[in-house]
Amino acid sequence: MTDMQAAAGAAAAGVRQPLLETRRLSVDFGGLKALDDLDLEIYEGEIVSVIGPNGAGKTTLFNAITATVESSDGDIVFEGQSLLGLDPNRVTSSGIARTFQNVRLFANMSVLENVMVSQHCRTKQHAFGALLYTKAFRQEEAEIRQRAEEILGFFGTRLVGYRMDQPAFTLSYANRRRLEIARAMATQPKLILLDEPVAGMNPVESAELTGLIGRLRDEWGFAIVVIEHDMGVVREVSDRVVVLDHGVKIAEGDYADVANDPQVIEAYLGKGAGDP
Amino acid sequence: MNTTLPPTTGPQPEAPRAAPRPAFTHDWRRIARMGSVAAFGQVFIALSNMPVRLDERLIVKPVLSLGYLVLLILPFAAGYRQGHQIKRENMPVCAPGPNEVVGGFLCGLITGGGLSLLAVLVTHFDLREPLVNWSPVLLDLLSFSNEMWFAVVIWLAIGAGMGAAGGVLRLLGPKSHRVVVTMALAVAGAAVLESLVVDVAEGLGLEPLTDRLYAPRGGVAWPSALGLAAVSGLLAVLGRGRFRQARVRHAQMEGAQRTRANLGLIIATAAVLIVLPLFAGKLTNELLANVGLFVLLALGLNVVVGLAGILDLGYVAFFAVGSYTAAVLTAATSPKIAPEMPWLVALIVVVIITGLVGLFIGAPVIRMRGDYLAIVTLGFGEIIRLLFLSDWLSGWFGGSQGITKIPGAGIFGITEVSGTDPRRVFYLVLAFCVVAIYISWRLERSRLGRAWMAVREDETVAEAMGINTVNVKLLAFVVGAVLGSFSGAIFAAKVGSVFPASFLILVSIVILVVVIFGGMGNIIGVIAGSAVLIGVLGGPKQPGLLAEFSEFKLLIYGALLIWMMLARPEGLIPSVRRTRELRQQEMAQDAWLRGQVDDDDAGGADGPRPAVQP
Ligand SMILES: Nc1ncnc2c1ncn2[C@@H]1O[C@H](COP(=O)(O)OP(=O)(O)O)[C@@H](O)[C@H]1O
Ligand SMILES: [Mg+2]
Repeated sequence: MTDMQAAAGAAAAGVRQPLLETRRLSVDFGGLKALDDLDLEIYEGEIVSVIGPNGAGKTTLFNAITATVESSDGDIVFEGQSLLGLDPNRVTSSGIARTFQNVRLFANMSVLENVMVSQHCRTKQHAFGALLYTKAFRQEEAEIRQRAEEILGFFGTRLVGYRMDQPAFTLSYANRRRLEIARAMATQPKLILLDEPVAGMNPVESAELTGLIGRLRDEWGFAIVVIEHDMGVVREVSDRVVVLDHGVKIAEGDYADVANDPQVIEAYLGKGAGDP
Repeated sequence: MNTTLPPTTGPQPEAPRAAPRPAFTHDWRRIARMGSVAAFGQVFIALSNMPVRLDERLIVKPVLSLGYLVLLILPFAAGYRQGHQIKRENMPVCAPGPNEVVGGFLCGLITGGGLSLLAVLVTHFDLREPLVNWSPVLLDLLSFSNEMWFAVVIWLAIGAGMGAAGGVLRLLGPKSHRVVVTMALAVAGAAVLESLVVDVAEGLGLEPLTDRLYAPRGGVAWPSALGLAAVSGLLAVLGRGRFRQARVRHAQMEGAQRTRANLGLIIATAAVLIVLPLFAGKLTNELLANVGLFVLLALGLNVVVGLAGILDLGYVAFFAVGSYTAAVLTAATSPKIAPEMPWLVALIVVVIITGLVGLFIGAPVIRMRGDYLAIVTLGFGEIIRLLFLSDWLSGWFGGSQGITKIPGAGIFGITEVSGTDPRRVFYLVLAFCVVAIYISWRLERSRLGRAWMAVREDETVAEAMGINTVNVKLLAFVVGAVLGSFSGAIFAAKVGSVFPASFLILVSIVILVVVIFGGMGNIIGVIAGSAVLIGVLGGPKQPGLLAEFSEFKLLIYGALLIWMMLARPEGLIPSVRRTRELRQQEMAQDAWLRGQVDDDDAGGADGPRPAVQP
């Protein structure tokens, strides 16, 4: 296991420091170990898939990293600094953004506002600037807006035009998922955590989004961790695959290794996860 | 599964539409339910003694008093409502037909049955003990000074008649509907606004007109009522819905055009608000000033509840702190602070102190969520009042005696604003309302305002998007507190005395109802809500235009709140963004979707998408 891990790390990132590292991370839910001594390294410019059966602890991993749930043991290190004890908003401003498995947009705010508000931690104009309508305030507003439009433009024509001013609750399911990603991009992170970004999409949509995930890394330079069930998508996007089961990492490596790992196949028992 | 794939199904069968329902197929349970709810409501109204008290206020002299109006409105509403069809996509909608009238008739009949039963019961049994409001006057009123059997028959007939009339309203096409509603609103408006209209007309020297319109001791005289209905009906016919068209057009305007239109509206409103008090008498100006004070409070609470989504039930605390601080600083009778300050200087201190109090109350409260937060704020609101009431601090605040002989508010030595001249109070309040509107408007469209809305929508996610929710919520609390303190400082100068009894929890509740009624998070809605509710019904202690309601104000506020929550949670005037987009652009969206076959977006959130076979 350690061999494989070292090999994968070296292959993906040479001898660089990992961007994010969890050290023996554990999360307890009143006796239920949702994460158990998890060691994980994410390197800059990498796309890592996290897979595993339902209830394996994948979302809990994201929650622990973003401080949404408390870790009971271990450490989370981002760019050499521990994230433990930080509020979720501090984690985000230090450069980690996420999406939610059960899409959670600001439903009554417009599409544009959803993206604008997510730049909160990268902007600084306060109430007085707004009240006095200062030049700095107007400038920053224009910048926020422009950046938001640029981010929405990344998704083609879907979220721009009249859609920008519509409340988020009018969006279709696929567009809501896209907007979640746009919102994460707007926090200007170094690392994006995508929780089942193609869940509920049809094959055409999911193929397109798979392409977008690649472009997110190539054009925007984000490192990406993606939780995904669709093995086609996993094979397509990932540099490395991490398999969780019952909060424990049972395998790690490139897609082919992991898909043929007997332990992984057993974990998915009968699901045929290894099929291409 | 295949049926969901458009290409394989061929042309969809046209949904049958617009065939009237046959006259006797009804949703009987619905009719029975609405009828009995209305019947209960009517009996409740009767037993609350509302009709007797309101009977003194005439709407149309001599045929209709407010007392009878509240009894007539329920069967009418039930009859109208029972014909309501829920529109669903791809479901045929029946055209209204005789069915509505029959349904309305039955519904009204059940409603009338309630009062009939009551009439029988009170004649045969002595119910004075349990029903404290029961009086011979009420029976007299219900039976039109006749025998019991007459009351039974007449209320069944009235109920059925009003119910059927409600059903008939459904039959009318949009045009006639508009005309009828305009006529009814014109007469009702004239009756409700009577004192205001008379007062302003007097100022303008138009007494001959109002003398003709209104009967000598109140109420619209019946010939004038007919005339008014005719004139307004005619105007509605001639207007051909231009008003609504203009509103739709305004909603669709963009950019510079919209700015210009808004500017025009603002100037017109400002002109009316500045000119109107000049011609109005003392009572009207008093009313306007009271409405203004509540607009100010509502705007403040709107920042907290409407924008940031913090359900603050103790908002009156900031009103109280503002009032008391201003009183202590300006009144010579307040024991502790010897050199009395001019009001404007005191105001600065008031803002600072209320802001700090907001911070102190907010800091512990803000970490809670939902119900807990509401309950704790409720507690803090009471604690503040009890502190002002306490013997312990009576050296500062005078305990239950309060602080009296507070001087008026001097404005740069130009004028002094005090309660003896409500016109000046109104202008002062107006100025502060403009400030409050500016503050809410600017903040709403800023980084901070967006953060507030994000917190309101989903606090966890807002936090995960990098917003420091504690700071942001605390700021909302402080801004709300400061806006509320403006109102408090003016209140102290206006009334000239402050007592703990002016700051009951009731005030918080009334302001909250006003905000919810008008439409949370919407400045125009909140202003309209205060104007309508405080202006017509009155504030917790301030009389409104329908002063007869004062006793029943809380009952009505409560009923309104429940009704709003059930029927229109978005408020009287929903946020612009919702109205603007949803209607017109849904069609654009559909057209756009149809053009794009490979599309990804079909279906939206409703319904499973077609599965594509591998
Ligand atoms: N907030 C919570 N409280 C208690 N148990 C939780 C909580 N969140 C997740 N769990 C449990 O932790 C386990 C892992 O859940 P999760 O991380 O959501 O799985 P998945 O891999 O499907 O995303 C599950 O058994 C789940 O029931
Ligand atoms: Mg999950």
